[in-house]
Amino acid sequence: MDSFGSILTEAFGLILIWDPDLIEIIGLSLRVTLTAVIVACVIGLPLGAAVGAFRFPGRTIVAVVLNALMGLPPVVVGLMVYLMLSASGPLGPLQLLYTPMAMIIAQTILVTPIIAALTKQVVEDLHREYVEQFASLGVGPLDRVGALLWDARYSLLTVALAGFGRAVAEVGAVIIVGGNINHVTRVMTTTIALETSKGNLELALALGVVLLAIALFVNAAVMAVRASAVRAAYA
Amino acid sequence: MLDSASLMKTFRADVAEKVAPSVISARGLGFAVEGRVLIRDVDLDIKAGRRTVIMGSNGAGKSLLLRLLHGLIAPSSGEILWNGRPLDKAARRRQAMVFQRPVMLRRSVLANLDFALRVHGVHGPARRDRERAALAMARLEDLAASPARTLSGGEQQRLAIARALACAPDLLFLDEPTVSLDPASTHAVEMLIGDAHAAGVTTVLVTHDRAQALRLGDDVIFMAGGRIAETGPVEKVLQNPQSEVARAWLEGRLHFEPGASETK
Ligand SMILES: Nc1ncnc2c1ncn2[C@@H]1O[C@H](COP(=O)(O)OP(=O)(O)OP(=O)(O)O)[C@@H](O)[C@H]1O
Ligand SMILES: [Mg+2]
Repeated sequence: MDSFGSILTEAFGLILIWDPDLIEIIGLSLRVTLTAVIVACVIGLPLGAAVGAFRFPGRTIVAVVLNALMGLPPVVVGLMVYLMLSASGPLGPLQLLYTPMAMIIAQTILVTPIIAALTKQVVEDLHREYVEQFASLGVGPLDRVGALLWDARYSLLTVALAGFGRAVAEVGAVIIVGGNINHVTRVMTTTIALETSKGNLELALALGVVLLAIALFVNAAVMAVRASAVRAAYA
Repeated sequence: MLDSASLMKTFRADVAEKVAPSVISARGLGFAVEGRVLIRDVDLDIKAGRRTVIMGSNGAGKSLLLRLLHGLIAPSSGEILWNGRPLDKAARRRQAMVFQRPVMLRRSVLANLDFALRVHGVHGPARRDRERAALAMARLEDLAASPARTLSGGEQQRLAIARALACAPDLLFLDEPTVSLDPASTHAVEMLIGDAHAAGVTTVLVTHDRAQALRLGDDVIFMAGGRIAETGPVEKVLQNPQSEVARAWLEGRLHFEPGASETK
Protein backbone atom coordinates (compact mmCIF):
# COMPACT_ATOMS: atom_id res chain seq x y z
CA MET A 1 0.00 0.00 0.00
CA ASP A 2 1.25 3.46 -0.93
CA SER A 3 2.15 5.96 1.70
CA PHE A 4 -0.47 8.54 2.65
CA GLY A 5 1.70 11.25 1.16
CA SER A 6 1.77 9.76 -2.32
CA ILE A 7 -1.97 9.07 -2.25
CA LEU A 8 -2.57 12.70 -1.35
CA THR A 9 -0.26 13.86 -4.15
CA GLU A 10 -2.07 11.70 -6.68
CA ALA A 11 -5.44 12.91 -5.42
CA PHE A 12 -4.46 16.55 -5.91
CA GLY A 13 -3.05 15.53 -9.28
CA LEU A 14 -6.49 14.28 -10.32
CA ILE A 15 -8.04 17.55 -9.30
CA LEU A 16 -5.35 19.62 -11.02
CA ILE A 17 -5.50 17.78 -14.34
CA TRP A 18 -9.28 18.20 -14.21
CA ASP A 19 -9.77 14.44 -14.54
CA PRO A 20 -12.87 13.80 -16.74
CA ASP A 21 -14.28 11.08 -14.47
CA LEU A 22 -13.83 13.32 -11.45
CA ILE A 23 -15.55 16.24 -13.20
CA GLU A 24 -18.42 14.04 -14.32
CA ILE A 25 -19.00 12.83 -10.77
CA ILE A 26 -18.79 16.32 -9.26
CA GLY A 27 -21.09 17.63 -11.98
CA LEU A 28 -23.74 15.01 -11.30
CA SER A 29 -23.48 15.57 -7.56
CA LEU A 30 -24.08 19.27 -7.95
CA ARG A 31 -26.88 18.76 -10.48
CA VAL A 32 -28.74 16.28 -8.28
CA THR A 33 -28.26 18.26 -5.08
CA LEU A 34 -29.05 21.68 -6.54
CA THR A 35 -32.20 20.37 -8.22
CA ALA A 36 -33.31 18.72 -4.99
CA VAL A 37 -32.63 21.87 -2.96
CA ILE A 38 -34.51 24.06 -5.44
CA VAL A 39 -37.54 21.76 -5.39
CA ALA A 40 -37.31 21.55 -1.60
CA CYS A 41 -37.28 25.36 -1.41
CA VAL A 42 -40.25 25.69 -3.75
CA ILE A 43 -42.23 23.40 -1.43
CA GLY A 44 -40.60 24.10 1.93
CA LEU A 45 -40.42 27.91 1.94
CA PRO A 46 -44.15 28.60 1.46
CA LEU A 47 -45.09 25.64 3.64
CA GLY A 48 -42.80 26.74 6.47
CA ALA A 49 -43.95 30.35 6.11
CA ALA A 50 -47.61 29.35 6.24
CA VAL A 51 -47.08 27.24 9.36
CA GLY A 52 -45.02 30.06 10.90
CA ALA A 53 -47.48 32.84 10.14
CA PHE A 54 -50.97 31.40 10.38
CA ARG A 55 -52.99 29.86 13.17
CA PHE A 56 -55.05 27.00 11.83
CA PRO A 57 -56.38 23.75 13.27
CA GLY A 58 -53.69 21.11 13.21
CA ARG A 59 -50.90 23.66 13.04
CA THR A 60 -49.07 22.18 16.03
CA ILE A 61 -49.28 18.70 14.53
CA VAL A 62 -47.82 19.93 11.25
CA ALA A 63 -44.99 21.64 13.14
CA VAL A 64 -44.25 18.51 15.17
CA VAL A 65 -44.29 16.33 12.06
CA LEU A 66 -41.95 18.72 10.23
CA ASN A 67 -39.53 18.69 13.15
CA ALA A 68 -39.65 14.91 13.33
CA LEU A 69 -39.10 14.57 9.57
CA MET A 70 -36.03 16.77 9.91
CA GLY A 71 -34.28 13.87 11.56
CA LEU A 72 -35.30 11.25 8.99
CA PRO A 73 -32.54 8.64 8.63
CA PRO A 74 -31.36 8.88 5.00
CA VAL A 75 -31.20 5.09 4.56
CA VAL A 76 -34.86 4.82 5.56
CA VAL A 77 -35.80 7.49 3.01
CA GLY A 78 -33.70 5.61 0.46
CA LEU A 79 -35.50 2.40 1.26
CA MET A 80 -38.95 4.01 1.01
CA VAL A 81 -38.16 5.64 -2.32
CA TYR A 82 -36.69 2.35 -3.50
CA LEU A 83 -39.91 0.51 -2.63
CA MET A 84 -41.98 3.15 -4.42
CA LEU A 85 -39.84 3.11 -7.57
CA SER A 86 -38.94 -0.59 -7.77
CA ALA A 87 -40.51 -2.60 -10.60
CA SER A 88 -43.24 -3.92 -8.32
CA GLY A 89 -43.78 -0.60 -6.54
CA PRO A 90 -46.60 1.88 -7.27
CA LEU A 91 -44.30 4.12 -9.32
CA GLY A 92 -42.48 1.19 -10.92
CA PRO A 93 -43.83 1.83 -14.46
CA LEU A 94 -42.01 5.17 -14.49
CA GLN A 95 -38.73 3.22 -14.51
CA LEU A 96 -36.97 5.79 -12.41
CA LEU A 97 -34.97 3.47 -10.18
CA TYR A 98 -31.20 3.85 -10.61
CA THR A 99 -31.54 7.16 -12.43
CA PRO A 100 -30.47 10.64 -11.30
CA MET A 101 -34.19 11.44 -10.99
CA ALA A 102 -34.54 8.81 -8.27
CA MET A 103 -31.69 10.46 -6.37
CA ILE A 104 -33.30 13.87 -6.77
CA ILE A 105 -36.56 12.49 -5.37
CA ALA A 106 -34.82 10.95 -2.35
CA GLN A 107 -32.83 14.08 -1.59
CA THR A 108 -35.88 16.29 -2.02
CA ILE A 109 -37.71 14.18 0.57
CA LEU A 110 -34.75 14.54 2.90
CA VAL A 111 -34.25 18.27 2.48
CA THR A 112 -37.83 19.59 2.25
CA PRO A 113 -38.63 19.05 5.96
CA ILE A 114 -35.35 20.73 6.91
CA ILE A 115 -36.11 23.78 4.78
CA ALA A 116 -39.74 23.90 5.95
CA ALA A 117 -38.96 23.51 9.66
CA LEU A 118 -36.15 26.09 9.65
CA THR A 119 -38.30 28.48 7.57
CA LYS A 120 -41.12 28.11 10.07
CA GLN A 121 -38.80 29.14 12.89
CA VAL A 122 -37.45 32.17 11.05
CA VAL A 123 -40.85 33.32 9.79
CA GLU A 124 -42.55 32.80 13.14
CA ASP A 125 -40.11 35.15 14.88
CA LEU A 126 -40.46 37.77 12.17
CA HIS A 127 -44.24 37.44 12.11
CA ARG A 128 -44.45 38.09 15.85
CA GLU A 129 -42.79 41.44 15.19
CA TYR A 130 -44.90 42.31 12.14
CA VAL A 131 -48.31 40.89 13.04
CA GLU A 132 -49.92 44.07 14.37
CA GLN A 133 -48.53 46.23 11.59
CA PHE A 134 -49.88 43.72 9.06
CA ALA A 135 -53.27 43.71 10.75
CA SER A 136 -53.26 47.50 10.88
CA LEU A 137 -52.51 47.79 7.16
CA GLY A 138 -54.98 45.01 6.35
CA VAL A 139 -52.44 42.78 4.60
CA GLY A 140 -54.05 39.67 3.10
CA PRO A 141 -52.71 36.13 3.70
CA LEU A 142 -50.83 35.78 0.41
CA ASP A 143 -49.18 39.19 0.72
CA ARG A 144 -48.26 38.30 4.30
CA VAL A 145 -46.42 35.14 3.30
CA GLY A 146 -44.75 36.96 0.43
CA ALA A 147 -43.63 39.85 2.62
CA LEU A 148 -42.36 37.57 5.39
CA LEU A 149 -40.38 35.42 2.95
CA TRP A 150 -38.92 38.50 1.32
CA ASP A 151 -38.00 40.20 4.59
CA ALA A 152 -36.43 37.00 5.90
CA ARG A 153 -34.51 36.51 2.66
CA TYR A 154 -31.05 36.58 4.23
CA SER A 155 -31.91 34.06 6.92
CA LEU A 156 -33.69 31.90 4.37
CA LEU A 157 -30.67 31.92 2.08
CA THR A 158 -28.67 30.42 4.91
CA VAL A 159 -31.48 27.90 5.43
CA ALA A 160 -31.19 26.86 1.77
CA LEU A 161 -27.42 26.60 2.12
CA ALA A 162 -27.86 24.38 5.18
CA GLY A 163 -30.15 22.15 3.12
CA PHE A 164 -27.57 22.07 0.33
CA GLY A 165 -24.81 21.16 2.78
CA ARG A 166 -26.84 18.30 4.15
CA ALA A 167 -27.86 16.96 0.73
CA VAL A 168 -24.47 17.14 -0.95
CA ALA A 169 -22.83 15.17 1.86
CA GLU A 170 -25.59 12.55 2.04
CA VAL A 171 -24.79 9.00 0.97
CA GLY A 172 -27.29 6.50 2.44
CA ALA A 173 -30.34 7.40 0.38
CA VAL A 174 -28.68 8.07 -2.97
CA ILE A 175 -26.69 4.86 -2.93
CA ILE A 176 -29.88 2.81 -2.46
CA VAL A 177 -31.97 4.51 -5.15
CA GLY A 178 -29.12 5.48 -7.48
CA GLY A 179 -27.14 2.28 -7.30
CA ASN A 180 -23.81 4.03 -7.90
CA ILE A 181 -23.71 3.06 -11.59
CA ASN A 182 -20.61 4.29 -13.37
CA HIS A 183 -21.30 7.28 -15.68
CA VAL A 184 -24.97 7.22 -14.71
CA THR A 185 -25.59 7.69 -11.01
CA ARG A 186 -22.20 8.01 -9.39
CA VAL A 187 -21.98 11.04 -7.17
CA MET A 188 -19.20 12.17 -4.88
CA THR A 189 -20.32 10.46 -1.71
CA THR A 190 -21.23 7.12 -3.28
CA THR A 191 -17.98 7.07 -5.23
CA ILE A 192 -15.99 7.73 -2.08
CA ALA A 193 -17.77 4.84 -0.36
CA LEU A 194 -17.21 2.46 -3.27
CA GLU A 195 -13.64 3.42 -4.24
CA THR A 196 -12.50 3.28 -0.64
CA SER A 197 -13.82 -0.27 -0.29
CA LYS A 198 -12.06 -1.16 -3.55
CA GLY A 199 -8.79 0.31 -2.27
CA ASN A 200 -8.78 3.02 -4.97
CA LEU A 201 -7.93 5.70 -2.47
CA GLU A 202 -6.67 8.40 -4.87
CA LEU A 203 -10.07 9.07 -6.46
CA ALA A 204 -11.82 8.74 -3.09
CA LEU A 205 -9.48 11.24 -1.48
CA ALA A 206 -9.68 13.65 -4.41
CA LEU A 207 -13.47 13.64 -4.09
CA GLY A 208 -13.14 13.98 -0.33
CA VAL A 209 -11.05 17.10 -0.79
CA VAL A 210 -13.62 18.56 -3.20
CA LEU A 211 -16.46 17.74 -0.81
CA LEU A 212 -14.58 19.41 2.00
CA ALA A 213 -13.95 22.45 -0.17
CA ILE A 214 -17.67 22.65 -0.98
CA ALA A 215 -18.52 22.41 2.73
CA LEU A 216 -16.06 25.21 3.48
CA PHE A 217 -17.47 27.30 0.65
CA VAL A 218 -21.04 26.84 1.92
CA ASN A 219 -20.03 27.91 5.42
CA ALA A 220 -18.14 30.91 4.11
CA ALA A 221 -21.17 31.84 2.03
CA VAL A 222 -23.43 31.60 5.08
CA MET A 223 -21.14 33.90 7.03
CA ALA A 224 -20.87 36.38 4.17
CA VAL A 225 -24.66 36.48 3.80
CA ARG A 226 -25.06 37.05 7.55
CA ALA A 227 -22.47 39.81 7.59
CA SER A 228 -24.04 41.69 4.71
CA ALA A 229 -27.50 41.29 6.23
CA VAL A 230 -26.30 42.71 9.53
CA ARG A 231 -24.64 45.62 7.74
CA ALA A 232 -27.90 46.50 6.07
CA ALA A 233 -29.89 45.94 9.29
CA TYR A 234 -31.90 43.32 7.45
CA ALA A 235 -30.91 40.50 9.80
CA MET B 1 -92.86 46.01 10.81
CA LEU B 2 -92.14 49.71 10.85
CA ASP B 3 -94.47 51.72 13.01
CA SER B 4 -94.36 55.48 13.30
CA ALA B 5 -92.57 55.34 16.67
CA SER B 6 -89.65 53.30 15.40
CA LEU B 7 -89.52 55.41 12.25
CA MET B 8 -89.32 58.46 14.43
CA LYS B 9 -86.52 56.85 16.41
CA THR B 10 -84.52 56.07 13.28
CA PHE B 11 -85.10 59.56 12.05
CA ARG B 12 -83.97 61.12 15.29
CA ALA B 13 -80.87 58.93 15.36
CA ASP B 14 -80.21 60.07 11.82
CA VAL B 15 -80.53 63.71 12.75
CA ALA B 16 -78.31 63.26 15.78
CA GLU B 17 -75.68 61.77 13.53
CA LYS B 18 -75.92 64.61 11.04
CA VAL B 19 -75.63 67.24 13.72
CA ALA B 20 -72.57 65.69 15.33
CA PRO B 21 -71.19 62.75 13.37
CA SER B 22 -69.06 60.45 15.46
CA VAL B 23 -66.43 58.82 13.33
CA ILE B 24 -65.81 56.25 16.03
CA SER B 25 -67.57 55.44 19.26
CA ALA B 26 -67.42 52.81 21.95
CA ARG B 27 -70.28 51.52 24.09
CA GLY B 28 -69.62 49.64 27.32
CA LEU B 29 -66.27 48.52 26.01
CA GLY B 30 -64.41 45.95 28.12
CA PHE B 31 -61.37 43.77 27.66
CA ALA B 32 -60.17 40.98 29.93
CA VAL B 33 -57.35 38.47 29.70
CA GLU B 34 -57.54 35.32 31.78
CA GLY B 35 -59.98 36.90 34.20
CA ARG B 36 -57.93 40.07 34.58
CA VAL B 37 -60.06 43.02 33.55
CA LEU B 38 -57.79 45.46 31.77
CA ILE B 39 -60.37 47.76 30.15
CA ARG B 40 -63.83 48.29 31.57
CA ASP B 41 -66.98 50.32 30.88
CA VAL B 42 -65.43 52.55 28.26
CA ASP B 43 -67.91 54.82 26.47
CA LEU B 44 -66.59 57.38 24.08
CA ASP B 45 -67.46 59.34 20.97
CA ILE B 46 -64.86 60.83 18.73
CA LYS B 47 -66.13 63.36 16.24
CA ALA B 48 -64.82 63.66 12.73
CA GLY B 49 -61.89 66.04 12.40
CA ARG B 50 -61.36 66.38 16.17
CA ARG B 51 -58.03 65.89 17.89
CA THR B 52 -58.33 63.63 20.91
CA VAL B 53 -55.51 62.96 23.34
CA ILE B 54 -55.48 60.02 25.73
CA MET B 55 -53.54 60.48 28.95
CA GLY B 56 -53.00 58.44 32.09
CA SER B 57 -50.32 56.63 34.00
CA ASN B 58 -48.27 53.66 32.74
CA GLY B 59 -50.44 50.58 32.53
CA ALA B 60 -53.68 52.57 32.58
CA GLY B 61 -54.77 50.82 29.38
CA LYS B 62 -54.13 53.54 26.81
CA SER B 63 -52.36 51.32 24.28
CA LEU B 64 -54.95 48.60 24.81
CA LEU B 65 -57.75 51.07 24.14
CA LEU B 66 -56.10 52.09 20.87
CA ARG B 67 -55.73 48.42 19.89
CA LEU B 68 -59.40 47.83 20.64
CA LEU B 69 -60.55 50.89 18.71
CA HIS B 70 -58.35 49.93 15.76
CA GLY B 71 -59.78 46.40 15.79
CA LEU B 72 -56.47 44.68 16.47
CA ILE B 73 -57.95 42.88 19.46
CA ALA B 74 -61.54 41.86 20.00
CA PRO B 75 -63.36 43.36 22.98
CA SER B 76 -64.64 40.99 25.69
CA SER B 77 -67.75 43.13 26.05
CA GLY B 78 -69.40 46.14 24.52
CA GLU B 79 -69.10 47.35 20.96
CA ILE B 80 -67.23 49.73 18.74
CA LEU B 81 -69.04 51.68 16.05
CA TRP B 82 -67.37 53.13 13.01
CA ASN B 83 -69.57 55.83 11.47
CA GLY B 84 -72.45 54.26 13.35
CA ARG B 85 -71.79 50.72 12.09
CA PRO B 86 -69.91 47.81 13.63
CA LEU B 87 -66.17 47.99 13.12
CA ASP B 88 -64.99 45.55 10.44
CA LYS B 89 -61.95 44.95 8.26
CA ALA B 90 -63.05 47.48 5.67
CA ALA B 91 -63.42 50.09 8.41
CA ARG B 92 -59.94 49.33 9.70
CA ARG B 93 -58.56 50.21 6.28
CA ARG B 94 -59.94 53.70 6.78
CA GLN B 95 -57.85 53.94 9.94
CA ALA B 96 -54.10 53.91 10.43
CA MET B 97 -51.97 53.39 13.48
CA VAL B 98 -48.49 54.44 14.50
CA PHE B 99 -47.32 52.06 17.19
CA GLN B 100 -45.51 52.91 20.41
CA ARG B 101 -42.49 51.19 18.87
CA PRO B 102 -42.58 51.74 15.10
CA VAL B 103 -42.53 48.54 13.05
CA MET B 104 -40.18 48.89 10.09
CA LEU B 105 -40.05 46.23 7.42
CA ARG B 106 -36.57 44.96 6.60
CA ARG B 107 -36.49 47.01 3.43
CA SER B 108 -35.57 50.46 2.25
CA VAL B 109 -37.48 53.54 3.34
CA LEU B 110 -39.10 53.76 -0.08
CA ALA B 111 -40.01 50.05 -0.07
CA ASN B 112 -41.73 50.49 3.29
CA LEU B 113 -43.97 53.16 1.77
CA ASP B 114 -44.43 51.10 -1.37
CA PHE B 115 -45.61 48.05 0.57
CA ALA B 116 -48.25 49.95 2.53
CA LEU B 117 -49.59 51.60 -0.61
CA ARG B 118 -49.62 48.37 -2.58
CA VAL B 119 -51.61 46.70 0.18
CA HIS B 120 -54.04 49.61 0.01
CA GLY B 121 -54.50 49.02 -3.70
CA VAL B 122 -52.73 52.15 -4.91
CA HIS B 123 -50.98 51.37 -8.18
CA GLY B 124 -49.07 52.90 -11.03
CA PRO B 125 -48.18 56.59 -11.23
CA ALA B 126 -50.52 57.41 -8.33
CA ARG B 127 -48.40 55.23 -6.08
CA ARG B 128 -45.18 56.90 -7.16
CA ASP B 129 -46.71 60.33 -6.60
CA ARG B 130 -47.86 59.41 -3.12
CA GLU B 131 -44.49 57.93 -2.29
CA ARG B 132 -42.75 61.08 -3.37
CA ALA B 133 -45.18 63.19 -1.38
CA ALA B 134 -44.73 61.03 1.72
CA LEU B 135 -40.94 61.19 1.46
CA ALA B 136 -41.07 64.96 1.11
CA MET B 137 -43.50 65.27 4.01
CA ALA B 138 -41.24 63.22 6.29
CA ARG B 139 -38.14 64.95 4.88
CA LEU B 140 -36.62 61.59 4.09
CA GLU B 141 -35.90 62.10 0.38
CA ASP B 142 -32.16 61.66 0.89
CA LEU B 143 -32.68 58.46 2.84
CA ALA B 144 -35.21 56.88 0.44
CA ALA B 145 -32.85 54.06 -0.49
CA SER B 146 -31.51 53.40 3.03
CA PRO B 147 -32.62 50.35 5.00
CA ALA B 148 -35.45 51.63 7.18
CA ARG B 149 -34.03 49.97 10.27
CA THR B 150 -30.80 51.96 10.05
CA LEU B 151 -32.78 55.19 10.50
CA SER B 152 -32.62 57.06 13.81
CA GLY B 153 -35.56 56.85 16.21
CA GLY B 154 -36.90 60.21 15.09
CA GLU B 155 -36.53 59.36 11.41
CA GLN B 156 -38.28 56.03 11.94
CA GLN B 157 -41.12 57.77 13.73
CA ARG B 158 -41.43 60.27 10.86
CA LEU B 159 -41.43 57.42 8.36
CA ALA B 160 -44.05 55.52 10.36
CA ILE B 161 -46.34 58.57 10.36
CA ALA B 162 -45.72 59.31 6.68
CA ARG B 163 -46.42 55.67 5.84
CA ALA B 164 -49.66 55.79 7.81
CA LEU B 165 -50.75 59.06 6.18
CA ALA B 166 -49.79 57.90 2.68
CA CYS B 167 -52.69 55.45 2.95
CA ALA B 168 -55.03 58.46 3.29
CA PRO B 169 -56.80 57.34 6.47
CA ASP B 170 -59.86 59.06 7.93
CA LEU B 171 -58.53 58.46 11.42
CA LEU B 172 -54.98 58.20 12.71
CA PHE B 173 -54.05 56.58 16.01
CA LEU B 174 -50.68 57.62 17.45
CA ASP B 175 -49.27 55.83 20.49
CA GLU B 176 -46.71 58.08 22.19
CA PRO B 177 -45.08 59.05 18.88
CA THR B 178 -42.51 61.43 20.34
CA VAL B 179 -41.37 59.52 23.39
CA SER B 180 -37.53 59.37 23.45
CA LEU B 181 -37.20 61.92 20.64
CA ASP B 182 -35.14 65.09 20.95
CA PRO B 183 -36.91 68.48 20.77
CA ALA B 184 -36.19 68.96 17.06
CA SER B 185 -37.51 65.51 16.14
CA THR B 186 -40.49 66.01 18.43
CA HIS B 187 -41.24 69.25 16.65
CA ALA B 188 -40.92 67.55 13.24
CA VAL B 189 -43.32 64.78 14.30
CA GLU B 190 -45.78 67.29 15.74
CA MET B 191 -45.72 69.19 12.46
CA LEU B 192 -46.63 65.98 10.64
CA ILE B 193 -49.53 65.38 12.99
CA GLY B 194 -50.60 68.98 12.49
CA ASP B 195 -50.49 68.48 8.70
CA ALA B 196 -52.66 65.40 9.06
CA HIS B 197 -55.23 67.34 11.07
CA ALA B 198 -55.17 70.16 8.54
CA ALA B 199 -55.90 67.58 5.86
CA GLY B 200 -59.05 66.58 7.75
CA VAL B 201 -57.73 63.46 9.44
CA THR B 202 -59.21 62.73 12.85
CA THR B 203 -56.37 62.07 15.29
CA VAL B 204 -56.23 60.09 18.51
CA LEU B 205 -52.93 60.59 20.31
CA VAL B 206 -51.57 58.98 23.45
CA THR B 207 -49.14 61.21 25.31
CA HIS B 208 -47.71 61.81 28.76
CA ASP B 209 -46.68 65.34 27.84
CA ARG B 210 -49.06 68.10 29.00
CA ALA B 211 -47.62 70.72 26.70
CA GLN B 212 -47.96 68.34 23.78
CA ALA B 213 -51.52 67.52 24.79
CA LEU B 214 -52.33 71.23 24.69
CA ARG B 215 -50.62 71.66 21.32
CA LEU B 216 -52.13 68.62 19.63
CA GLY B 217 -55.42 68.05 21.43
CA ASP B 218 -58.92 69.46 21.43
CA ASP B 219 -60.37 66.89 23.82
CA VAL B 220 -58.70 64.71 26.40
CA ILE B 221 -59.63 61.28 27.66
CA PHE B 222 -58.00 60.61 30.99
CA MET B 223 -57.63 56.93 31.83
CA ALA B 224 -56.90 55.20 35.11
CA GLY B 225 -57.02 51.52 35.93
CA GLY B 226 -58.61 50.59 32.59
CA ARG B 227 -61.45 53.07 32.92
CA ILE B 228 -62.10 56.55 31.67
CA ALA B 229 -61.65 58.75 34.73
CA GLU B 230 -62.42 62.04 33.06
CA THR B 231 -63.06 63.57 29.65
CA GLY B 232 -63.45 67.11 28.40
CA PRO B 233 -61.79 69.92 26.49
CA VAL B 234 -58.08 69.59 26.97
CA GLU B 235 -57.41 73.07 28.48
CA LYS B 236 -60.23 72.70 30.94
CA VAL B 237 -59.27 69.25 32.15
CA LEU B 238 -55.56 69.99 32.38
CA GLN B 239 -56.10 73.25 34.25
CA ASN B 240 -58.86 72.14 36.49
CA PRO B 241 -59.25 68.37 36.65
CA GLN B 242 -62.42 67.20 38.34
CA SER B 243 -61.36 63.64 39.16
CA GLU B 244 -58.97 62.89 41.98
CA VAL B 245 -56.82 60.56 39.81
CA ALA B 246 -56.36 63.13 37.07
CA ARG B 247 -55.48 65.84 39.59
CA ALA B 248 -53.01 63.57 41.38
CA TRP B 249 -51.42 62.50 38.12
CA LEU B 250 -51.15 66.03 36.77
CA GLU B 251 -49.62 67.24 40.01
CA GLY B 252 -47.09 64.45 39.80
CA ARG B 253 -48.37 62.73 42.93
CA LEU B 254 -48.52 58.97 42.72
CA HIS B 255 -52.05 57.84 42.84
CA PHE B 256 -53.23 54.33 43.36
CA GLU B 257 -56.75 53.85 42.21
CA PRO B 258 -58.41 51.70 44.88
CA GLY B 259 -59.07 48.30 43.38
CA ALA B 260 -57.75 49.36 39.98
CA SER B 261 -56.08 46.07 39.18
CA GLU B 262 -58.51 43.96 41.12
CA THR B 263 -59.98 41.06 39.23
CA LYS B 264 -63.70 41.05 38.92
N1 LIG C 1 -51.98 40.91 25.92
C1 LIG C 1 -51.99 41.20 27.22
N2 LIG C 1 -52.14 40.24 28.13
C2 LIG C 1 -52.16 40.51 29.44
N3 LIG C 1 -52.04 41.74 29.94
C3 LIG C 1 -51.89 42.75 29.09
C4 LIG C 1 -51.85 42.54 27.68
N4 LIG C 1 -51.68 43.73 27.08
C5 LIG C 1 -51.60 44.64 28.06
N5 LIG C 1 -51.74 44.07 29.28
C6 LIG C 1 -51.76 44.77 30.56
O1 LIG C 1 -52.74 45.77 30.48
C7 LIG C 1 -52.35 46.91 31.18
C8 LIG C 1 -52.48 48.12 30.29
O2 LIG C 1 -51.51 48.03 29.26
P1 LIG C 1 -51.31 49.20 28.19
O3 LIG C 1 -50.22 48.79 27.30
O4 LIG C 1 -52.60 49.55 27.58
O5 LIG C 1 -50.82 50.40 29.12
P2 LIG C 1 -50.53 51.90 28.71
O6 LIG C 1 -51.57 52.75 29.33
O7 LIG C 1 -50.36 52.02 27.25
O8 LIG C 1 -49.15 52.15 29.46
P3 LIG C 1 -47.82 52.92 28.99
O9 LIG C 1 -48.02 54.35 29.33
O10 LIG C 1 -46.77 52.31 29.84
O11 LIG C 1 -47.63 52.65 27.54
C9 LIG C 1 -50.96 46.65 31.68
O12 LIG C 1 -51.04 46.32 33.04
C10 LIG C 1 -50.48 45.46 30.87
O13 LIG C 1 -49.64 44.66 31.63
MG1 LIG D 1 -48.74 52.27 25.97
